[in-house]
Amino acid sequence: MPTMTPSTTEIELKPTADDHRVARHAAAAIVLTVAEAAIPLPLPGIKPGLANIITLVVLARWGWREAAWVALLRVLVGSLLLGQFLAPGFFLSLTGGVMSLVVLGVAMHLPKRWFGPVSQSVLAAFAHIGGQVLVARVWLVPHDGVFYLVPIFALAATVFGLANGLIAARLLSEELADQGVSAADAAK
Amino acid sequence: MKQRAVALQRWLAAWAAYLRAGDFLVLGGALAVCVLSAMTLWQGGHPDKAIIRAGGRVFAEVDLNAPRIVDVPGPIGTTRIEVQPGRARVASDPGPRQYCVRQGWLNSAGAVAICAPNEVSLSLSGRNADYDSLNY
Repeated sequence: MPTMTPSTTEIELKPTADDHRVARHAAAAIVLTVAEAAIPLPLPGIKPGLANIITLVVLARWGWREAAWVALLRVLVGSLLLGQFLAPGFFLSLTGGVMSLVVLGVAMHLPKRWFGPVSQSVLAAFAHIGGQVLVARVWLVPHDGVFYLVPIFALAATVFGLANGLIAARLLSEELADQGVSAADAAK
Repeated sequence: MKQRAVALQRWLAAWAAYLRAGDFLVLGGALAVCVLSAMTLWQGGHPDKAIIRAGGRVFAEVDLNAPRIVDVPGPIGTTRIEVQPGRARVASDPGPRQYCVRQGWLNSAGAVAICAPNEVSLSLSGRNADYDSLNY
């Protein structure tokens, strides 16, 4: 029986369990991004950012590295699907995503007893708009008029940060409840 | 009605259970940023200076703190500009149609009154002009 010789031109990628998990979470985040794009919104730049719920859950469950993978894959694929790749909106999303990942990397080390997913979510939302407003000011609309919208963006970040954080906290506590740990124990 | 209120209260309490002490701190800070940014960035519109031009050149810059009357000479006569705290107007002008006089008091940053025949203009400037009525 002839043995199969591996082709020299063929590169075989063996996805690990981690890769599958990142892909699954990124897929869920991308679905939320695309679904959210269908919601009409009064101001450009204001979005609920539901995909960040996934980022928060992944951050709590699997750590920063995986959360970064999921968030950046979501920005990339989401923009490809919506036809925004390399358009201004893509760079705004990318900057916001990177900034919130940086802040999440710091915020995740806050004492768990006092600061939950809601804190992380609100802080990340503010980092997101902060990065976006800076890019918009420097590059897209080189005029101080951009700052006129900052209070509205800040309010949106507070409201959506709270809502996303609460949903992430609930998902995480339900996940723990399935494993027989109560939400009260998880807070400790 | 009361049942609905109780249900709403329960629903809110269920969500509030996910908040930890520090979360309230962060939310308070976030709201403070909203309020402070709105107060600092949206306070525009208060003029602090009246700029009077004659023949295209700046004739005088007058602070809008104290009442004052400025007489500006032009090619067809003298335009009288009256300044009061927070506002200014063209009190009299030799022009035939009196547009700039009839504009009355100007009281927002960026507002302009132009007396074209006498080549005099009065504009108010502030740190944050609401609009720029010449370039808008």
